[in-house]
Amino acid sequence: MAKPILEIKNLNKEFKVKSKKALFAKPASVRVLQDISFHLMEGETLSIVGESGCGKTTLGRCIVRGMNASSGEVVYRTEVGESVDFLKLKGAESKRFRKDIQMIFQDPYSSLSPRMSVFDIISEPLIANFKLPKAEVERKVAAIAEKTGLNVSYLKRYPHAFSGGQRQRIAIARALITQPRLIVCDEAVSALDVSIQAQIINLLKDLQEQYKITYIFISHDLSIVENISDRVAVMHLGKVVEMAGVDSMFKQPRHPYTEALLSAVPQPDPDLKKERIVLEGEVPNPANPPSGCHFHPRCGYKTERCVKEVPALREIGDNHMAACHYAEQLTLRGAKHERGTSDEQ
Amino acid sequence: MTAETVQPQQPLLRVQDLKIRIQMDNGVMNAVDGVDFEIRKGKTLGLVGESGCGKSLTSRALIGINPKECETSGTIAYRSSQEPEAKGEALDLLALDPNGRKIRSIRGRKIAMIFQEPMTAFSPMYTIGNQIMEAILIHRTKNKKEAKKLALEMLGKVGISDQEKRFDQYPHEFSGGMRQRAMISMALSCNPELLIADEPTTALDVTIQAQVLELMKRLQQEFGMAILLVTHDLGIIAEMCDEVAVMYLGKIVEQAPMKEIFRNPKHPYTKGLLRSMPRLGGNKAKRLESIEGSVPIPVNMPPMCGFYDRCKDRIEGVCNRQSVPATQISDTHTVRCFLYSDQKGGQ
Repeated sequence: MAKPILEIKNLNKEFKVKSKKALFAKPASVRVLQDISFHLMEGETLSIVGESGCGKTTLGRCIVRGMNASSGEVVYRTEVGESVDFLKLKGAESKRFRKDIQMIFQDPYSSLSPRMSVFDIISEPLIANFKLPKAEVERKVAAIAEKTGLNVSYLKRYPHAFSGGQRQRIAIARALITQPRLIVCDEAVSALDVSIQAQIINLLKDLQEQYKITYIFISHDLSIVENISDRVAVMHLGKVVEMAGVDSMFKQPRHPYTEALLSAVPQPDPDLKKERIVLEGEVPNPANPPSGCHFHPRCGYKTERCVKEVPALREIGDNHMAACHYAEQLTLRGAKHERGTSDEQ
Repeated sequence: MTAETVQPQQPLLRVQDLKIRIQMDNGVMNAVDGVDFEIRKGKTLGLVGESGCGKSLTSRALIGINPKECETSGTIAYRSSQEPEAKGEALDLLALDPNGRKIRSIRGRKIAMIFQEPMTAFSPMYTIGNQIMEAILIHRTKNKKEAKKLALEMLGKVGISDQEKRFDQYPHEFSGGMRQRAMISMALSCNPELLIADEPTTALDVTIQAQVLELMKRLQQEFGMAILLVTHDLGIIAEMCDEVAVMYLGKIVEQAPMKEIFRNPKHPYTKGLLRSMPRLGGNKAKRLESIEGSVPIPVNMPPMCGFYDRCKDRIEGVCNRQSVPATQISDTHTVRCFLYSDQKGGQ
């Protein structure tokens, strides 16, 4: 039985922003993450999807501790079963777990230092986290380079000599070198071409199988998410609005926002006739979120209740959670476009 | 409009043997290497390919906005049905002085373009309204009041509410989707015959992308313009295009009507692209098929098929010895691959 590797409880993140009203006005705060709670099992892939500005990257960064959450708990369970709350760690203590959690970034053109050779880039986390003899470092780097499909004889080169797909392989090699248990992939394949994307996704899957790595896969591309994940969390304006197993969610979403996201994906299939739900308007400003359900201004199913009452994220059944007042009543269309929609509530 | 002077079968734009060469430190790069295509009036041609295949250079060559380093040759025959070019004779856009009067009367007026990143396409120093008005003042009217009225009307057409207020705002006050709409309204403000859209929705969220694509379709019907849609996303192609040209390494490797490309792809690269795309509702357990290797850099390439190293169906001694001619496999379907060619040992 898989054990949870990470538990997130009531995580909040606020950013202070300058008020536009007056020069010396008190800074206002924007809640970018609101009461996020979920757990992550060892060896699974959890995808986090949502539009830009929904907080998915911030969530990823709070997990790798690129930034600290404002309140809540990020409980990490080590291999020996010890529970550590990242938010309570101080100083040197916090360094201990860095090697266990790594991150892969979106843009392989800006995430690799142009002034370091590929060998230095890949070996840096190893040198920072472990005290190893030089020969051992070299051996490990060569092994990981081979695993990720990099030619070992190219390790002395600098990143500019590599293509986008190759660079992303370097970034993956760097993330893997400390033998992490959890990798946060923040839009790790978005910047790549289609044919290269498939290579990298396959590589990530192979590595997961081999090393039992847990992934948090942050992405806006739902076709890729369906392919790679076990579970999916949909975020909207700092909140998780739906969370379920990938099949359950894509077959029958329970939140109108998920339905709209699924229907908006252009499909490479001209014979597929589908009615697209085009959301009106833009993503609301998180500094001034709408009342009630944050999605109501764009929702086609909204009622009076949605404007006034904030829906809580609740269990609908079969490990399927949704934050919609009408999650049980609505029949929403999934990715296969077989179901009709009904507006009755 | 004097439509009777144009024969109906004549395409709006015919590109023949377009070549763009760039001098590099280590040789000449054939970024675009003999591209032929036609764009018909009111239709949408999709140009698909991965980064570096030359699709953007090709689209920019049409209105002569490539940097000076690009040596361009070939012909781009443009047959306008609007005054004053509507004399039935084609105008070679490439032969025009890229800074001359003539091309400037076409660029932005008859052939407009929208870009991937609307933040860089607008100047941050001027208001959105000012920039849309500028295009109208250059091409349509000298009267400022009228220009403003037209600009406001265009903003309304692309679904921007509260136009009066938006008109006086700067690009940074717009969201990404709204900037893209504003750019579309600027491009369409002079009622062009051809809209070149270079990855118009790549920088946008799926939900906003859906809005912008719907908007482009609606406006195409309203204005009857042709669209050249440059994209890497086959999903967008399936939704928007009538015709598709697949580019690889500076060449069009396959060209056919949209449905034909998806139902009956011929070129190994097109097949590979279609297979490597994850699809919604697809089989999750299945591994994605990928195309091995990566795109070579076309510097000092010998005459051979550019896809040779990555191709599963390559024929040694044939595909790597000579450049591949285009084969017409039906009236509307051409493919550039020896597998379908009678010449030199193809099957």
